Amino acid sequence: MTANANFHTHQLHTKQLHIKQLTISLHGETLLAIESVIQPGEVLTVMGPSGSGKSTLLAYLAGFLSPAFKAQGQLFLDEQRLDTLPAEKRGIGLLFQDPLLFPHLSVGGNLRFGLPRQVHDKRQQVTQALEQVGLTGFEARDPATLSGGQQARVALMRLLLSKPRAVLLDEPFSKLDTALRQEMRSLVFSQLREAGLPALLVTHDHADAKAAGGSIIELG
Amino acid sequence: MLLRLAPWVLTSVLVMPLAAGLLMVILPAFGYLPVLGGETFHFDAWQALWQRPGLYRSILLSYASGLITTLASLSIVVLFLAASRGTWLDRGIRRLVSPLLAIPHAAVAFGLAFLIAPSGLFARWISPGLTGWERPPDLLIVNDPMGLALMAGLVLKEVPFLLLMCLAALPQLGPEKRVTLARSLGYSATIAWLKSVFPVLYPLIRLPVYAVIAYATSVVDMAMILGPTLPPTLSVSILSWFNDPDLDRRYMASAGAVLQLGVTLAALVTWWLGEQCVKRLSQGWLVNGARSSGSMVVAISGRVLLATSTLMAISAIGGLVIFSVAGFWRFPDALPGTFTLDHWQRILPSVTTPLLNTLSVGLAATLIAAVLVVATLENAVRHHLPVSRSQWLLYLPLIVPQVAFLFGLVVAAESISVRPQLALVVAAHLLFVAPYLYLSLSEAYRRLDPRWVQVAHSLGVGPWRAFWRIRLPLLLAPLLTACAVSLAVSIGQYLPTLLLGGGRVPTITTEAVAMASGGNRRLIAVLGLLQALLPFIGFSLALLVPRLVWAKRRNMRGVV
Repeated sequence: MTANANFHTHQLHTKQLHIKQLTISLHGETLLAIESVIQPGEVLTVMGPSGSGKSTLLAYLAGFLSPAFKAQGQLFLDEQRLDTLPAEKRGIGLLFQDPLLFPHLSVGGNLRFGLPRQVHDKRQQVTQALEQVGLTGFEARDPATLSGGQQARVALMRLLLSKPRAVLLDEPFSKLDTALRQEMRSLVFSQLREAGLPALLVTHDHADAKAAGGSIIELG
Repeated sequence: MLLRLAPWVLTSVLVMPLAAGLLMVILPAFGYLPVLGGETFHFDAWQALWQRPGLYRSILLSYASGLITTLASLSIVVLFLAASRGTWLDRGIRRLVSPLLAIPHAAVAFGLAFLIAPSGLFARWISPGLTGWERPPDLLIVNDPMGLALMAGLVLKEVPFLLLMCLAALPQLGPEKRVTLARSLGYSATIAWLKSVFPVLYPLIRLPVYAVIAYATSVVDMAMILGPTLPPTLSVSILSWFNDPDLDRRYMASAGAVLQLGVTLAALVTWWLGEQCVKRLSQGWLVNGARSSGSMVVAISGRVLLATSTLMAISAIGGLVIFSVAGFWRFPDALPGTFTLDHWQRILPSVTTPLLNTLSVGLAATLIAAVLVVATLENAVRHHLPVSRSQWLLYLPLIVPQVAFLFGLVVAAESISVRPQLALVVAAHLLFVAPYLYLSLSEAYRRLDPRWVQVAHSLGVGPWRAFWRIRLPLLLAPLLTACAVSLAVSIGQYLPTLLLGGGRVPTITTEAVAMASGGNRRLIAVLGLLQALLPFIGFSLALLVPRLVWAKRRNMRGVV
């Protein structure tokens, strides 16, 4: 993947993500408490049984926390405070269990949807991104006609094209079969590392945590 | 910020006219109507009202037909659902039922009248062989004094409504699991459904049931076509008093409208008491352990009754088709001797204006309702608002009888110098269109996976762009269906169009009902068919457009 270096040159000034003295509670009961700094290119893994507050943590970081929850603490990207910003201004990309390619847009349309408005060579960037993950010429395809692995790769490229400043991974490999899981793990982690993005991975799977290579927090 | 106002705007657009209308009916009922010089409160209107010949009979007719119709429709639907096992026959019947919902009440009423009248299709098919009739018998079948024809017509229309309401509510109850569990305990399938599904289903469809009661106790257009005449139902009497050239009759009409409110309320209370009794009495039956007694009766009657009412409704429309192209047609002949397009050609030039009015009112009301409802739902989804308790306010216009407040609305508008006109008709249609649009769209809106919009946000796309580019396209199909429902509701409106348009905004529906007393069956058939055709076009478009737009997107066919 030699093209990557060129592709990500503008993201060299990456930053660290700081979850500062965060406590989230529901109806007065504390669900979780976290303090952590994620360095550029590092993947922090959060593990824990269901109900331990993993998805609540993700919702808080991404900016989707339901008002029923009370959150105390702050979220910083270097010096910039993020938790007071709406979700779309945070620059935090999300990768879910499902690829969630928009079913009404083509593969190319999905990738273009993520590109920032001011980008000029949109077509070229989309073509390049598809080449990078071995899907050359897939622009006009209906996402529904892609295999699970292909969809996952398009979802990853859509995320990267949107130029996030940090990334959240919500059990992104859990629905893939074993062989594909290995492949996607190495693709995702290498891409994140090359882009120098701080990332937080939520998972049940110890193999995911191992592949991520960063520190691990156990919840619950 | 504007979005936060949406629920308030929607609620006030529905509740304020209702309140103003009720107020301006109640005040004149007690003598206060400054426009006509009534400035003191008294009971003269009530005295005049009680002295009307046949008033008690009118009241009884409205009250009884409302309750009987609702009981019959609900029983048919419940028996069918209990009997239905998802076989091809059951699915086929269901599929036939849904389009019936789109057909306006008046069209069904005309169709039914043409079926059962002494010179109607049924009489022709069995004459002279079975009856010996060589000419139409002198029987009062349509407009019978007991209101049986009226009740039959209402049942034909309310069965599809209640069935679809049940089918929409059922999935969240997991009926298959409940039935399977009960069957594993030795219950027969139909009894299992009645004992384990119906008791939890009923609370979910209570509001539609109440709407049916309110509608059936106070319907005007169907009662004018099928109902008794001497005396007519209370609602029809009120309309004739209100339209009386003697303006003083308006006081009595207002008192009548208040009385109608009371009659509908009495019917609702009666039903509610009935609910409580059934609840008490059925406690024993639910747990008495009887596993299959009566199951055959339920299984057979459920299917037979629903199939009959569906076939009746379909034959009614078929009858309209035959009459609309009938040339010379001697009495006992089953089919016309000659067929002709004369009636269509004769009437089409004169219905251009009504057609345009029907469409412009329907589209305007639907558009306004769609904007308000979508804005309200979007606001709720964005701010994580739970289903609000004030939601029942939206359904108020469906529970309060039209005759009870529309007259008042006219008076209220006149008192601020707004004459009946097209814009008022649109506003009045909005009262009935918006609740149905909300009813049909809110589930799909809330059920749409929130992660779609979250993904968009995480890609740096703000709420409005995410709304236009993601949520709206994903909800295109349900949104168009909801709009088609609203359009059908608007097309079918008789009383609001007549009253708020002051008779100067003719639509296909008002023209058709106006012809009811004239009796030219062939022209009525053409108008009735036109009336039924328009909603069909709407529903077909709602089905077709998403398929065309998403022809190349496999997952958009049935994604939400």
